Amino acid sequence: MDLGLTVEEEEFRARLRTWLAGVLPTLPPKPSPHDWPARRAYDLGWQRRLYDAGYAGLHWPVDAGGRGATPTQHLLFLEETEKAGAPYVGANFVGLLHAGPTIASEGSAEQRARWLPPVLRGEEVWCQGFSEPDAGSDLAALRTRARRDGDDYVVSGSKIWTSHAEVADWCELLVRTDPDARRHAGITWLAMPMDAPGITVRPLRTLAGSTEFAEVFLDEVRVPAANRVGAENDGWRVTMVTLSYERGTAFVGEVVACRRVLSEVAREARRNGRWDDAVLRRRLGRLNAEFRALWRLTQWNVSEAQGTGGVPGTGGSVFKLRYSHARQELFDAAAEVLGPESLDLGREWTLDRLSSLSYTIAAGTSQIQRNIVAERILGLPRGR
Amino acid sequence: MDFRLTDDQRALRQGVRDLLEGRFGREALRAALDRADGTGATGGRAGGGGATGGRGETGATGGGGAEGRGAAAAPVGGGGGAEGGRAAGVPVDGGGAAGAVADGSGATGAPAGGGGAGRSAGGGRVLDRELWRALGAAGFFALRLPEAAGGVGLGLPETVLAFEEAGRVLLPGPLIATHLAAGTVPGAATGEVVVTAADGGLVEWLDEADVVLGDTGGAEPLAPVDPLTPLHRLPAREGPVHRLPARGGTPHRWPAPGGPRDARTPDRLLVSLLTAAEQLGSAARTCETAVQHARTREQFGRPIGAFQAVQHLCADMLARLETARAAVYAASVTADPADVAAARLLADEAAVRGARDCLQVHGGMGFTWESDVHLHLKRAWTRTHRAGGGTQSEEELAEDLLAGTA
Repeated sequence: MDLGLTVEEEEFRARLRTWLAGVLPTLPPKPSPHDWPARRAYDLGWQRRLYDAGYAGLHWPVDAGGRGATPTQHLLFLEETEKAGAPYVGANFVGLLHAGPTIASEGSAEQRARWLPPVLRGEEVWCQGFSEPDAGSDLAALRTRARRDGDDYVVSGSKIWTSHAEVADWCELLVRTDPDARRHAGITWLAMPMDAPGITVRPLRTLAGSTEFAEVFLDEVRVPAANRVGAENDGWRVTMVTLSYERGTAFVGEVVACRRVLSEVAREARRNGRWDDAVLRRRLGRLNAEFRALWRLTQWNVSEAQGTGGVPGTGGSVFKLRYSHARQELFDAAAEVLGPESLDLGREWTLDRLSSLSYTIAAGTSQIQRNIVAERILGLPRGR
Repeated sequence: MDFRLTDDQRALRQGVRDLLEGRFGREALRAALDRADGTGATGGRAGGGGATGGRGETGATGGGGAEGRGAAAAPVGGGGGAEGGRAAGVPVDGGGAAGAVADGSGATGAPAGGGGAGRSAGGGRVLDRELWRALGAAGFFALRLPEAAGGVGLGLPETVLAFEEAGRVLLPGPLIATHLAAGTVPGAATGEVVVTAADGGLVEWLDEADVVLGDTGGAEPLAPVDPLTPLHRLPAREGPVHRLPARGGTPHRWPAPGGPRDARTPDRLLVSLLTAAEQLGSAARTCETAVQHARTREQFGRPIGAFQAVQHLCADMLARLETARAAVYAASVTADPADVAAARLLADEAAVRGARDCLQVHGGMGFTWESDVHLHLKRAWTRTHRAGGGTQSEEELAEDLLAGTA
């Protein structure tokens, strides 16, 4: 149980802090959240700076163009960039955390050379075409069809919840290539160019009023067979490989941010007098315990990943269950501190409260996470 | 950074687990319960003529069989998987342990049921002095004493692991007070002398301790909800109340530093941390027990663990347990007051709600005296009152937010 940093880790952090202090003031102003092309340019610009400084693909393997950093270094990177107020991964999310690592692990030499460098250099944006209107929690029920026609696959169907679809160059797409195979067996992974004829993107407006993701309709879209990563009908396994790259660190920056928000909420309560309400005050104290523990759980998961060469333990589901709930509790408490002000969409915490509602749904609902914990960790019989 | 347990720490935990499963397995627990409960109350209520017989009768329902030795012997994937290969305990209790308990009972010369009407329930000598000395010989109380002083020379993380194991098996006695007295009260380190201490308005094991720390004048026995933790209540003390330096709002009242209820003196911090460790062990055991029962108990033609309603109860138990574990282990490394307060809150929650959910998973059998689940719940309740309890932890953590160290 060692929570201290090694000499190398300390040096890594010191270098990173120095670099952040120098580079952040040089960034352009943040774009409007509604201006997608500007958001793309901003996020790619940040990625380019990371690349030039040697921080791009920090946790990717060296032979994929990454830096081969340890999980602890990756944790430090995420912690320090959040504390310094650096931009989020944004439009680079799928490229850096899903599609890129999948190609790095399963792609051919040509595929790696074609697709990985532009992701690391901040030149191309990827989106994810996994979920469908009738395949959400039950992803393996996906029905988007791809039939082979010469050197191409011809793809028809629809995808949903696709973030950054409007500005993406590529889509990591899961399609059904064998309709007769068992559910998981007939699926194939394709890299689809987003400028191909037959693609229609329709933005979806969230309950928070923003357009964070889109529906993507595919009508006889031709995708070269050379864009297939892994074997035909082996796409499910290819996709699952990706998950091991997150190493349980997907929410590190957010936990750091939540702890900062919680302190701000306490100070606001102190300022507006709500602090005298012992029930509310103790509720904030309990949230402090929760987020402190979530931070420790992150350190625990990262340490476990260190021992398994990067494959995360099952701690990820436990963490997500607990964190998504805690995040909602945090902004509910913030609303109580704000009182009537919490009805003002001009307050940052009001929008955060709305967006927090997605956390118990996205990337596996809390109910699916509980199923995973029960069946895969606790070994309970498969339920229905 | 590497938060995982070292090999030495794993070995130490396994050693303590083996020792405790051997010396205080399920039969020893039930024998201690019978002594504490007085004149054969267990036999009467369970109708089984003793704990072992009772278990045999009900084992077929799957209720009793999921507990105690059954759970310890079966490698439960839950805890093990979540922690990276924790080995299940080796069940070596039974004859040896039962014999030790009988010897211990005889040595103290106080047969069960001998207490007066005004004393705590049962009133018999419950504490097993032989077991206590065995713990002393194994270094349980002297874990943190320097080797030069005859101790084991280990740190807080190792101590927390040992106390977690004590919590797992519901080891009775003023373990924390005696551990903290090692090195200052002669005989405490070796287990020859049992030490207890006043804690807020309560004192545990007052009648059976050899040395009592703190002011226990006017102590009145109460009928303890946990049959294995005799309690006395203490009269309210007059004491100076000081105010924390105001940070711009209305100050609230805190007891004086160094006073009997100040959780921030070093010993209070340690009481809170080691209590959290015991709660953690209890939560781990109830989670494993619930999972074991859910796997084997069948209704509607399938194991109840195949129903999502039951699965989700168990999943939430594990989520609370592992979150608390991260907090408790981290607090044992940092010894930071806010970390300890956080660890304590989460471990209290994991233990109390874990026992409640375990009881629910067990259905009707969970409501019986013969089940061990109620013992975990009652002990967990009792522990929540130590060192200021949850209210004080929450207030400290609230203040911590304003201090900006969060």
